[in-house]
Amino acid sequence: MIDVLIIGSGGAGLSAALAAKEAGASVLVVGKMYPTNSQTSMAQGGMNASLGNMGEDHISLHVQDTVKSAKGLCDEDMVRHMCADAPKTIAWLEKLGVPFSRINKEALQNDRDPNASLKTIAQRQLGGASAKRACYAQDYTGLKILHTLYDTCLKEGINFLDEHFLLNLIVPEDTVKGATFLDIRTGEVKQIDAKSVILATGGYAGIYHGFTTNMYGASGDGAAAVLRAGGAVSDMEFIQFHPTALKHSCILVSESARGEGGYLLNEAGDRFIDELKPRDEVARAIFSQIQAGQHVYLDVRHLGEEKLTELLPQEVELCKLHEHVDPAHELIPIKPVAHYSMGGIDVDYALEVNGIKGCFAAGECSNAKVHGANRLGGNSLLEITAFGRFAGENAYKHSIYASSKPADETQLQKDRREIASIFSKKSSISFYSYREKLGSLFYKKVGIIRENSRLQEALEEVISMQIAQKEMGITDKNKTNNQNLIEFLEFQNTLLLAPAIISAAIARDESRGAHYKVGFEEEDEDFKKHIVLQWKRDNQEGESTL
Amino acid sequence: MNIKILRSETNTHQSYTLPAGEIPLLSALVYIKETQDATLTFSAGCRASVCGTCAVRVNGREELACSYKVKPGDIIEPLQYHPVLRDLKVDKSKAQETLRRGTTWLQQFQESPLSHEDEKRTEKQTDCILCDSCYSACPVFAVNPDFLGPFALTRAYRYTEDKREGNAKTIIDNIQNNGVWDCTLCGECTAVCPKNIDPKMDITMLRSTSLQYGHSDPSFAAQSFGTPDFGGGFGFDPNAGF
Repeated sequence: MIDVLIIGSGGAGLSAALAAKEAGASVLVVGKMYPTNSQTSMAQGGMNASLGNMGEDHISLHVQDTVKSAKGLCDEDMVRHMCADAPKTIAWLEKLGVPFSRINKEALQNDRDPNASLKTIAQRQLGGASAKRACYAQDYTGLKILHTLYDTCLKEGINFLDEHFLLNLIVPEDTVKGATFLDIRTGEVKQIDAKSVILATGGYAGIYHGFTTNMYGASGDGAAAVLRAGGAVSDMEFIQFHPTALKHSCILVSESARGEGGYLLNEAGDRFIDELKPRDEVARAIFSQIQAGQHVYLDVRHLGEEKLTELLPQEVELCKLHEHVDPAHELIPIKPVAHYSMGGIDVDYALEVNGIKGCFAAGECSNAKVHGANRLGGNSLLEITAFGRFAGENAYKHSIYASSKPADETQLQKDRREIASIFSKKSSISFYSYREKLGSLFYKKVGIIRENSRLQEALEEVISMQIAQKEMGITDKNKTNNQNLIEFLEFQNTLLLAPAIISAAIARDESRGAHYKVGFEEEDEDFKKHIVLQWKRDNQEGESTL
Repeated sequence: MNIKILRSETNTHQSYTLPAGEIPLLSALVYIKETQDATLTFSAGCRASVCGTCAVRVNGREELACSYKVKPGDIIEPLQYHPVLRDLKVDKSKAQETLRRGTTWLQQFQESPLSHEDEKRTEKQTDCILCDSCYSACPVFAVNPDFLGPFALTRAYRYTEDKREGNAKTIIDNIQNNGVWDCTLCGECTAVCPKNIDPKMDITMLRSTSLQYGHSDPSFAAQSFGTPDFGGGFGFDPNAGF
């Protein structure tokens, strides 16, 4: 039996794998795609660490900025842990060979300081930060970190099992014993036994299908599995909207565009918000302009062609490709869309899942309470690497004392029957059209500006979708490589999480960070707490505990 | 407009009708799957040319489905030299195994404060998204399935050129067999790379580094030019003393 089973092979999963292996664990990483296909590849702006390479900075300032942006909803101890770990985490990545962007410091060329190479890492300022704090690699920061982690995993002989879709956690008596997977290639349902499990399955902002920067498959599979297994999720209502996505394709234009001096303009050519404010404020300001009938643009023309190609090469290409504009000479049409899920699997100080012993969660899927009501740009890449490693170490510690008696096949048989029933069921309604409907429903009624009446409507619509789901199924009946089946399972997961998101949003009668509600425009001290949701034992309905 | 997609079950090109207008191929594939034929199988991820999932061949040339704009009559096929799992979905594990064989990672870290110019030396190479386009376009695989191939060699180059690498020789040693010398320098990899990486140039550079480390072109050494064999690599041996 393996010591640590890691589900999800993005930045958090790979960091966890390396840390667990380093600690002495036997490790297996299981992902639904290939490791380098993950959402981490899309992170552009940077990774925060108070190195102070471009002027004064300190860990306490990083903590302060994060806490301020979180609007009272983060756990300051966890934030302190993450921010204090940041310089060490950058040092770790530097030693693995991450190709960070650099500044020239001639004096360092003969420096004997053991950390001399850290001092030439360039840093830039992102929204809500009080210093130039984000380490970056042009605008390919996530891609280059992810690939270097992957190279290191190959070096360390980490075992991977690709193209396996997580079905359920195996949790007899509140302790995890492994998980069941659908082998996408063969169509077989498999059980993998493990002493500890780490969920690194990514976020759930893909529920805003058609209105999200997220990749296909950001469907909150891990959070849904935790709910089904009796664990808790929290802060589900906090969905971050990225202010600047390309208007027609929803492809992300990194915050670094504003960090480097880009302006936001309305049709009249007027600036209407300080571009470096935190994302929630900027997104709302843009959304209000759009609601008032304005088109909104990002203007980076004044930065000049040379600087744009140097700092934002990916953006320039994407603008030309998807919007037919050359950012060096034209305005970029933008709109805010769902980008990041700040809530997720509820974890404690050790990142162990609330309600499931031996199961840990790291990265966007988990709610380690470091982002609170609004995540700062540059803190997610930090979270996945710092807390990914932390989860790896803790999962190994748990595995030392965990029983090595494997679970029986109850869950496996149940899941085999479930998959077989999906195959045998007749599909009279296409779930694809419902995936679209759910996405636009969420953007319209569970979006940037919320109202209780509209949230109620959304909840009712979601419940009727859940009823209609019984009529939905797959039309592709091929057992092997059935992407139709995978997309259906993903849709089921989003539909399972949808009421949790809406219920929490209804319960929170206030405005805080990314959650803004008409009629309750102020922060309310009574709501300075997390909304934790867990299914009742009989698995019938959601139970909310405030 | 009509496009044709190679279906693996029938091994025939199936024709699909799309609404007129300029859309990315990936949107077209999604449209077909959602509204016409749910059995059409392909891989996709980010839609933004950065996750490397959706590479396919269009009219015989490798393209990222998310960045290629569909044209009437396009013929869509899976990548070459990868086992086809179904329709446009291929098995990339054998190709990615080349990274392991080439030991393309930082072997041994040495402290070295990099400059902006140092960053630029491998910036392009680290843009690689492992989409496997170059692998699919490389004709060497038709005759030598064990070739390390362009992306693995570009990655090897990326680490050997990093000043933080304290043991570049190990990588160089590990890319000699089925590696740098097996490339024909045809440049197909460079032509199709969606990130404008130039693996051909990287391989050329690796050859020269290989010579510096005492390796030689095995085919060159094995060939007879009708002149006496002087041994030692015919003037390319850095230890030969001239």
